[in-house]
Amino acid sequence: MIKILKYSFYDLMRSRWSYVYLAFYFALGFVLLFLNSDLSKATITLMNIIVVLTPMIGTIFGIMYHYNSREFTELLLALPIKRSTIFVGQYLGISISLSLSLIIGLGIPFLIYGVWNSDAGSQLAILLLSGTFLTFIFVALSVLIGLYNTNKIKGFGYAILLWLFFAMIYDGIFMILLVVFDDYPLNQFALIASLLNPIDLSRIMILLKLEISALMGYTGALFQKFIGTNRGFIVCFAVLSIWVIAPTLWMARMVKRKDF
Amino acid sequence: MHLRLYIPFHMIEVRDIHKRFGRLLVLEGVSFSINNGGVFAILGPNGSGKTTLLKIILGMVVPDQGDVLMKSKSVINHHAYRKQIAYLPQIARFPDNLTVNELIRMIGDIRNDSGREKELIARFGLDSFLNKKLGELSGGTRQKVNIVLAFMFDAEICILDEPTAGLDPLSLIKLKQLIEEEKRKGKIIIITTHIMPLVQELAQEIIFLLEGKVRFHGSIATLQKQQNEKDLEHAIASILAP
Repeated sequence: MIKILKYSFYDLMRSRWSYVYLAFYFALGFVLLFLNSDLSKATITLMNIIVVLTPMIGTIFGIMYHYNSREFTELLLALPIKRSTIFVGQYLGISISLSLSLIIGLGIPFLIYGVWNSDAGSQLAILLLSGTFLTFIFVALSVLIGLYNTNKIKGFGYAILLWLFFAMIYDGIFMILLVVFDDYPLNQFALIASLLNPIDLSRIMILLKLEISALMGYTGALFQKFIGTNRGFIVCFAVLSIWVIAPTLWMARMVKRKDF
Repeated sequence: MHLRLYIPFHMIEVRDIHKRFGRLLVLEGVSFSINNGGVFAILGPNGSGKTTLLKIILGMVVPDQGDVLMKSKSVINHHAYRKQIAYLPQIARFPDNLTVNELIRMIGDIRNDSGREKELIARFGLDSFLNKKLGELSGGTRQKVNIVLAFMFDAEICILDEPTAGLDPLSLIKLKQLIEEEKRKGKIIIITTHIMPLVQELAQEIIFLLEGKVRFHGSIATLQKQQNEKDLEHAIASILAP
């Protein structure tokens, strides 16, 4: 597993895109800090960007790497390695390299601006943590889409649709339901619905930690009211972990029966 | 050598393999066994399921029904047995941005084995290509890299899917020599090809696939006698168009 991970990781590190991604975050961090000079305001702007952007980059990179590494995968399949090892190894390779770009790219500007002297340090940490979670989740989902679709165009289409669904369509449907069923008690429904969307979930997790109830929205406020800040955070963390583990296990199971 | 006399099992046994891709039934009940070393040619018209059969033996394709046994143990959904198999795929597809050298080292590293790549590289004249990227190589040169990768580890079983594709005559002779050498070491070499002189020269047994079934399994001489033809090419043709 480690070897597969290593080679996938190297392969990605050679490609220009990892550096473009790194440079993008680097620039973003500096520009935000330069414009805001207030660390916690910069963190909130960053949150809105991270929550939408990391899933998108994860989805696109995940599906692209899956299709581009077909030759490499075919080569590996004839070697004495378990199939699940090959795919989980490649998946970890992509996710780790993308997460590193995020962490290094944003970490350095914040470090330079003296993140340790303020409470923004833990806020930044939680931001990077949820960005990492979202990267892992969306890479896993897009690799799964790639495994089920041999046709590249179809796979790309579904992957983009998946991102669009969780980033936008889901919230839209959610809002419509809240408005339509306004007369009914919807607390439980709203809580469960937000658990089922990793993007919403990580947004809530960040806001709970930032303790800005004004920005928390309906579900965030519910979380805080019914579960409390600390327990709410733990619930978010646990469900996000399930969002990473479940697709990975699915991947490992699915490749057992696949023909190459 | 005395050990070989006591081997009580089939080296490779393929039992009643069925495989369907969507609506297309590729293999319907393929069974055969290989007990001793030598060159075995799997023949058949295009689309007769040769590559699928090889991929099933390798575990790259999962059969719908049936079993593949190696030394009397089922290998379906296992992976460790592939250590004993060298595979030369039909179309040499490699990661384009790796160099030949990096690829060879990587495969060695993943297999956890050191091979005799130096000798093979010299043999096929690949020295000047070692630091070139695989995406820049010509089809024939890629095939040579493919051959080096397949033969660099000392595996008991070699599976060669159309090994001659794109090779120049000189390399073809070298490949034949290589196969002869491996055969003399007592290895099992399974080969698919459409070039009958190559089969005649190298193979001692033929497994002929037609419409998803084994139509003939035996020596070249038996086939020729059975079909009443003097050479292999005509004997094969007479099965296809009686």
